[in-house]
Amino acid sequence: MGWLPLVVCHSISACLGSQNTGLFCIKKTEVNQVGGTKAITAIPTTPVTENRQFGSKMTDSKYFTTTKKGEIFELKAELNSDKKEKKKEAVKKVIASMTVGKDVSALFPDVVNCMQTDNLELKKLVYLYLMNYAKSQPDMAIMAVNTFVKDCEDLNPLIRALAVRTMGCIRVDKITEYLCEPLRKCLKDEDPYVRKTAAVCVAKLHDINAQLVEDQGFLDTLKDLISDSNPMVVANAVAALSEIAESHPNSNLLDLNPQTINKLLTALNECTEWGQIFILDCLANYSPRDDRESQSICERVTPRLSHANSAVVLSAVKVLMKFMEMLPKDLDYYGTLLKKLAPPLVTLLSAEPELQYVALRNINLIVQRRPEILKHEMKVFFVKYNDPIYVKLEKLDIMIRLASQANIAQVLAELKEYATEVDVDFVRKAVRAIGRCAIKVEQSAERCVSTLLDLIQTKVNYVVQEAIVVIKDIFRKYPNKYESVIATLCEHLESLDEPEARAAMIWIVGEYAERIDNADELLESFLEGFHDESTQVQLQLLTAIVKLFLKKPTETQELVQQVLSLATQDSDNPDLRDRGYIYWRLLSTDPVAAKEVVLAEKPLISEETDLIEPTLLEELICHIGTLASVYHKPPSAFVEGSRGVQHKRLTSSAGSGESVESPDTGSAAVSEAPPAVIPSQGDLLGDLLNLDLTPPTSSGPPPSAAPGMQLGAMDLLGGGLDSLMGDESEPLGGDIGGSPAMGAAFGAPPAAMPASFNAPISGGLDDLFDLGGGGMTMGTYIPPKTVWLPAMKAKGLEISGTFVRRSGVIQMEMTLNNKAMSVMSDFAIQFNRNSFGLAPAGPLQILTPISPNQSIEAALPLSTVGPVMKMEPLNNLQVAVKNNIDVFYFSCQYPISMLFLEDGKMERQVFLATWKDIPNENESQFQIKDCHLNSDAASNKLQGSNIFTIAKRTVEGQDMLYQSMKLTNGIWVLAELRVQAGNPNYTISLKCRAPEVSQCVFQNYETVLKN
Amino acid sequence: MIHSLFLINHAGDIFLEKHWKSVISRSVCDYFFEAKEKAVEPENVPPVLQTPHHYLISIYRDKLFFLSVVQTEVPPLFVIEFLHRVADTIQDYFGECSESLINENVVTVYELLEEMLDNGFPLATESNVLKEMIRPTTILRSVVNTLTGSSNVGDKLPTGQLSSIPWRRAGVKYTNNEAYFDVIEEIDAIVDKSGTTVFAEIQGVIEASVRLTGMPDLSMTFMNPSLLDDVSFHPCVRFKRWESERALSFIPPDGNFTLMNYHVSSQNLVTIPVYVKQNICFFETGPCGRLDITIGPKQTMGKTVEALMVTIHMPKAVLSANLTATQGNYSYDLTTKVLVWDIGKLNPQKLPNLRGSLSLQSGAPKPEDNPSLNIDLKIQQVAISGLKVSRLEMNGEKYKPFKGVKYLTKAGNFQVRT
Repeated sequence: MGWLPLVVCHSISACLGSQNTGLFCIKKTEVNQVGGTKAITAIPTTPVTENRQFGSKMTDSKYFTTTKKGEIFELKAELNSDKKEKKKEAVKKVIASMTVGKDVSALFPDVVNCMQTDNLELKKLVYLYLMNYAKSQPDMAIMAVNTFVKDCEDLNPLIRALAVRTMGCIRVDKITEYLCEPLRKCLKDEDPYVRKTAAVCVAKLHDINAQLVEDQGFLDTLKDLISDSNPMVVANAVAALSEIAESHPNSNLLDLNPQTINKLLTALNECTEWGQIFILDCLANYSPRDDRESQSICERVTPRLSHANSAVVLSAVKVLMKFMEMLPKDLDYYGTLLKKLAPPLVTLLSAEPELQYVALRNINLIVQRRPEILKHEMKVFFVKYNDPIYVKLEKLDIMIRLASQANIAQVLAELKEYATEVDVDFVRKAVRAIGRCAIKVEQSAERCVSTLLDLIQTKVNYVVQEAIVVIKDIFRKYPNKYESVIATLCEHLESLDEPEARAAMIWIVGEYAERIDNADELLESFLEGFHDESTQVQLQLLTAIVKLFLKKPTETQELVQQVLSLATQDSDNPDLRDRGYIYWRLLSTDPVAAKEVVLAEKPLISEETDLIEPTLLEELICHIGTLASVYHKPPSAFVEGSRGVQHKRLTSSAGSGESVESPDTGSAAVSEAPPAVIPSQGDLLGDLLNLDLTPPTSSGPPPSAAPGMQLGAMDLLGGGLDSLMGDESEPLGGDIGGSPAMGAAFGAPPAAMPASFNAPISGGLDDLFDLGGGGMTMGTYIPPKTVWLPAMKAKGLEISGTFVRRSGVIQMEMTLNNKAMSVMSDFAIQFNRNSFGLAPAGPLQILTPISPNQSIEAALPLSTVGPVMKMEPLNNLQVAVKNNIDVFYFSCQYPISMLFLEDGKMERQVFLATWKDIPNENESQFQIKDCHLNSDAASNKLQGSNIFTIAKRTVEGQDMLYQSMKLTNGIWVLAELRVQAGNPNYTISLKCRAPEVSQCVFQNYETVLKN
Repeated sequence: MIHSLFLINHAGDIFLEKHWKSVISRSVCDYFFEAKEKAVEPENVPPVLQTPHHYLISIYRDKLFFLSVVQTEVPPLFVIEFLHRVADTIQDYFGECSESLINENVVTVYELLEEMLDNGFPLATESNVLKEMIRPTTILRSVVNTLTGSSNVGDKLPTGQLSSIPWRRAGVKYTNNEAYFDVIEEIDAIVDKSGTTVFAEIQGVIEASVRLTGMPDLSMTFMNPSLLDDVSFHPCVRFKRWESERALSFIPPDGNFTLMNYHVSSQNLVTIPVYVKQNICFFETGPCGRLDITIGPKQTMGKTVEALMVTIHMPKAVLSANLTATQGNYSYDLTTKVLVWDIGKLNPQKLPNLRGSLSLQSGAPKPEDNPSLNIDLKIQQVAISGLKVSRLEMNGEKYKPFKGVKYLTKAGNFQVRT
């Protein structure tokens, strides 16, 4: 009897639904109307709902109708109903609430109770619910395990697959334990549908618990699936392996060889479009042995260029662009392939704008690498007025890249057309593009200049300004040719309000001062508001006036005095001051020299602007179709970059939350009074931050002047802080990190830094600082050779050896000693799987047989891309050596410093953030006894082994060195080494995300420091 | 791979979210909203956005944003293609892709999304396969379901899932066997002030509607296949046959599908069917301007040009238009500044003309930008490139199907600059 009122209550609520929907935050009026009309008569609200008016009962909008309060209560009752249909409806209501982001987790036990059912729809719905909420109710989720395990044995493959698939989506550790056995069975299931689902499940499980997947041997099973008879299973196995491989860059999971390649190519023809993408992307990682193999792969991939799915097309383009490199250029096939590439790329441009955008970003790369492919296709890049702005800008870029003498007339006509469009950004870029054409195609320069002059006549403010900026570049490229237009430019002097245009105009006036009668008046007029100008304009004005003075010394002495005093005495900007002083000193000591310096002939500017640097371009070509290709940044910048940004965020949040001074507040108090006691970790980090970034001047530096500014600051700080200030990219780092869009650049390895950040001048000084701070670094420590394989164990072959790392190459250096009576030959070597994937990079080169009592030296280069297995101890290496007599086994231990990369110097901010980020339980502390080096010597010694000192602090006579190293598999180890003068015992704290390596690293410190 | 999907309406409300891995908070969309704000027009939101922890890849379709969140390096085209596939599927199931319809069918949409991706990997995206897994709701089915207690979710493994022809289900039966093909060509062109063609190309597509029993094997040949040098096919087309014989050989999916897209870019093949004489100018003095447009036939291959329409995006300063049309009607939308002249059939004897004056906001400077004209038109029974199907043969089944081919030429992105 108890539930009867409830049912009544429910039906009332259904009727009231239309009113209550308003309480739903996500509710839409449309639904409201449908719900409302249901109660009265079905009045169609739109032509579409008209078809549905009879069906209003069928629509899911009814699941939203609920009462305010008792909703959960009611659903509970319905879920526990005896009637199947009612149960299902109730679960649907729950799902509907879930999809709009409502919390219905309270119903967990009731929903799970509905799981055991023959009704597949109900089962699927419950699964949907489970996947969403299991994480929040891990203990309850266990209730579902039995049903899953049972379903994995079901006769219907659909149910088996569904069970294993859903189980993988429940991201609860406890569940994963139960998942292993069913998964193992499903990976070997007779039904390919189950196998292909299970393959993906391995990737899911790996995401939750990588170790478990490795321990259970699922990775090997997955590799076996690459040879499966069903193409869909192959494609999914490849997809799963690729995803897993991404989190283990060096694990060599996708071991590609001609056999597997052949299998992939066969599967390529038969699997779905998505599978084709996975397979093509995987193929692109393969390096063919010779041009023949390249060609045969290319031949088998080209049909994909005609696929309707643009992602398939672009992945195929990637494979072709990459393998084409291996083909000899005189080969007929090479030409054919080039021709085949153009049409599919053009076709991509008739797709939806979003696809066009990605395609254009990639075409931009392709055009830089192989302009011949699209050189005749200029017209498809012409802009349509209703293209989205992001497409317009990209098209414009490519138009300039394709511009040549042959098509320049057309291009110019187009660009002129664009310059009268509505969108300001686009117009600006079009005007700039005209200038770039002039610089690129000499024959067109004249026409470009006249076009620009026409545009200046329109008097549209931003058009004029852009035109002046580009005309400046044209002057530089073609000196003494177009100066006749200066008069026209000068007419527009007053209308310039953007710094770049003002600076350009001032440059022109200064450069051609002798031809402009009233140059002094013009420049003087700028001088009036000198302090309100931006730095860019101030610097330019200073230089221009000095130029003017050198050209017309008599009339302009006063002017130059004025600007020098403004720049040096009245300015807070060190950049400006420095430049002012330099000019001043030059002019006062040796005016002839000044003339030579200031009026020196300028180097020509390059034809192509913003070309991607060739090595980066090559890398990006290998990543066509990926996010890297959209952002034109190397993928390493992405993986690292995202981490870097994370760190950046962590630092700033620490700044606000834990009372650590944030860099830009730069409190002077902290630097004035260094902490008297050994600071706690948080404070220490805070201090480092301050030391790092506090400029000695009181006002904040203008961003553009930052590098120079910070260098100026170094002088004043001087002393022991040298090493802290070593890296000039740091101050800029702060600025970059601030904007999320640029985030990836920050924290990326140096190679990924845009070149402009490494201003050459500061780079030079940087080197000096490094030398001053550190002195010469010592060579790598090479452990002496030890006997690995005694002669008595190996039928007379004695092997002793050691490991060396020289300029990034790891070598195993061995002495092979023949102590037997017979000649030894046919040597070969193999490694067992080991912790860091060490493997011979080539065969063992012993060319001559070793006669009795002869010994021979052999060096074997090693790579770190071999198969990985954790060893005990970690640096243990099991080796098998074969000769004409037998096979011998031995094991040896390599110093872990072999694996420290040369680029293991972490940026300071990243270091700080990472240090904080790694949980304290990962920290281990060791003592190094009887070491008599001072901290600088220790630091130098360690640097020889690629252990880099990032910062040094001295607190109460104790030197603290902060050091980083990076292992070949991408693991970073951070160290804090404490050295007390006069105390031979060092303390070292190591922090690493993989704490297992700490012991090895410590041992390495010990050996390096003591030898 | 694809981590999560958010559906966002025009106003910027998230009305559906689906996660294929762990749940990602909605707040991730804030980065997108920021970009949306900045872009002003929804069409201009950049499709790939980088945030500190995720990448947001979105498409804008039918006034809805489909926003996917990814965490690792994935091919963005893959994601965009997939998102379009989601929109296609919704359209296919419910007739239209709109917020109200998605809300009405939210559970079905959710089930579909679950079926389409597993752990971010595409699982079943072919509409034939999906329809066997989750049946579209029809009135009849819902009645049957209530009577028999059966459900909308198929409990058998769809046959197409693993076969080498995943696009076709087994056991198709029809009483009337028919195969229709529409050859549709769109002219994309830019014509400059003087009437010279700056750029012209044809985007062609062969849309098929095939309702044939069993496993028919079709092959289609063309009178002039040499036109087709840039093509992309439905996966069902056997590429080898095309390479060797220039014939389309395929086992068709059941129902409607796009058989082939092609692209004719060589300009001498692209004929421009109409010419436009136009003069739009604004006076230096006084807040007004003049407009005079005449359209005439150029190369129409002897057919009539229908559904002719001219759309002009006027400069912002144009307040109103006082015009007379010799044929058709015109309207000027004040808020969007769009002038539409709907002409209808083009009569070669009496060329349609629209002329009159434009009035500008007083005090506003003379507009700098010149408006472009967008032309819409249709020509029935002809493919403007001259492409013609010569034969359509069927093997593998005994019955005689009814076959038909239709041609249609339309204006795609046809712009006349002033």
